[in-house]
Amino acid sequence: LVCHENQMRERGTGGFNFGAYHPLETIYSWMDTLVAEHPNLITKVEIGRSYENRPMFVLKFSTGGNKRPAIWIDTGIHSREWVSQATGVWTANKIAADYGTDASLTSLLKTMDIYMLILANPDGYVYTHTSDRMWRKTRSRNPGSMCRGVDPNRNWDAGFSGPGASNKPCSDSYHGPSAHSEVEVKNVVNLIKSHGNFKSFISVHAYSQLLMYPYGYNCRDVSHQRELDSIGRAAVQKLTSLYGTRYKVGSICKIIYQASGGSIDWSYNLGIKYSFAFELRDTGRYGFILPANQIIPTASETWLALKHIMEYVRDHPY
Amino acid sequence: MNLTILIVMAVLTGVLGSPYVTDTDVTPGSDSAGMSAHPNSVPEAADGTEVFHEEGVVEEEGVEEDVMATGELNPSHYPAQRAANVVKHYLNTRYGSPYRWVGLHKVHSANAEEVAESGRKYHLEISVQEMTGNTTEKCSAEVLFPALENQRSPQVQASCEALLTANTTAQEEALYQQYRRNHTLLSGHNLPDSYGHIDPDMKPLWHLGGVASSFVMLKESTENTLYNMAQVANVTQLETENDQLRFNYHVLLHDMVSQEIIHWKLLVTWSPAEGVKVLQMEELPKCEHCEVPPKPN
Repeated sequence: LVCHENQMRERGTGGFNFGAYHPLETIYSWMDTLVAEHPNLITKVEIGRSYENRPMFVLKFSTGGNKRPAIWIDTGIHSREWVSQATGVWTANKIAADYGTDASLTSLLKTMDIYMLILANPDGYVYTHTSDRMWRKTRSRNPGSMCRGVDPNRNWDAGFSGPGASNKPCSDSYHGPSAHSEVEVKNVVNLIKSHGNFKSFISVHAYSQLLMYPYGYNCRDVSHQRELDSIGRAAVQKLTSLYGTRYKVGSICKIIYQASGGSIDWSYNLGIKYSFAFELRDTGRYGFILPANQIIPTASETWLALKHIMEYVRDHPY
Repeated sequence: MNLTILIVMAVLTGVLGSPYVTDTDVTPGSDSAGMSAHPNSVPEAADGTEVFHEEGVVEEEGVEEDVMATGELNPSHYPAQRAANVVKHYLNTRYGSPYRWVGLHKVHSANAEEVAESGRKYHLEISVQEMTGNTTEKCSAEVLFPALENQRSPQVQASCEALLTANTTAQEEALYQQYRRNHTLLSGHNLPDSYGHIDPDMKPLWHLGGVASSFVMLKESTENTLYNMAQVANVTQLETENDQLRFNYHVLLHDMVSQEIIHWKLLVTWSPAEGVKVLQMEELPKCEHCEVPPKPN
């Protein structure tokens, strides 16, 4: 249970309510407020536009340098997983708030940058507010079909169109006509590749309470399996310490299902060793419609795991 | 994925190194930094218990995962989890009520075996949790997933140590009497709503929808599905008949494996004496121009 006092404090400057789900416009204007409040730490980078021409903004946390080794975090690639986007918002605020006061985070940001894409699927997110709370995919039109959208986490160039994705446009796991066909995916691919110095790639989803590493597109162990598993278990131990929330750790393929065209498989194959995917609360009681009073507890416990991973990345340069 | 392509890719990766263009020197295949444990040691799980070491698991070589593991299963991995989820649905059909909605807490152990001409049978030790309370209870269960040619629904046997005995009788009686006395028939929609909010007065109808949905989810489950109820889209109370409260439900089910949201209409009856029954169930197409999808394998 979150203390009432904590909830009051969590409202932050300007009174933004981190314990509520907000529409896109509210999140975008909050981003501008955050950047304005931390001009020496955060910049807002437009990495491209969505299918329906909405800007996609990444918050870049950096204390300087030129293309420092960087950590990537995306939330909300599947639009119905609302606690993911909400966790992204809280986490961005947390990084801004703790920079300068938390020794570990401050040291991390001395040598590394953090990039956060909070609304990785803006069109889908809007659609979940206006039309269908259970919408998962992008909103692109599929020629020859009345069904719209591609599953953006089956659209990456990693085992693309293999088992664990559908070739049917009406399916919620439709992989799309080709790898990176979705502009939302392509924008991220372009950023990561042109930057060239990402050391960690973390994608945040919901629900199931899992922390996973590659592969999804096949069930073979990646060469860094032991290390990734060890990091994952330590991160989950930290997460659990806050409220007792239990997570499982393992490769995507073994823990949840074989799924091709996933983002962290792509990032791992690109050489970004510390690639992880979270599935946040819960385990099915509320599922995608997690009550808003669980946002801050979820984000808070997840932060402990994220921090562990980031500290590990900082301490193990490659 | 084609094995030949995999081999070619593996060779190319070995020859070219990481395709990632970096300013700093990337060492492909560098040894796991910080891992001082002997490669054969069994790592400890976060909670201090020994991580399960799989024996007798069929090794996959990167081809489609169509061979299911037999023997002792890793309780964290999906085959055991999916089977346990089926047990959860079974328990709901047997014991569920507006005040007893069963959830899965943990899988302790699991094994699977091929049963000639019948299918695959799982034996499970699990803990379940009543969503309406805080207690967990241990259960032993067997799940038989029939071979394709047979009937589709899994068969479940389960015995739970405390048999979900949190005393709900008083609450159930009170609710039953209250609903019977209603002059206007109850209805509700979007339980919970988009924000996860649900009126406390509507919670029993949400739970009842969850229990009723378990009848469908039990029937529809295979080794390739993992169902939860995503939301009650609509519930309408009908006239009481034969002392049974009656409801029309429109529920949204979520299959984790396909990620589909599936719509079902249910005709549900309930009384404390008779428990929950589903008299009719009908799957609805996902959209106007869609067809009801063919049953997965």
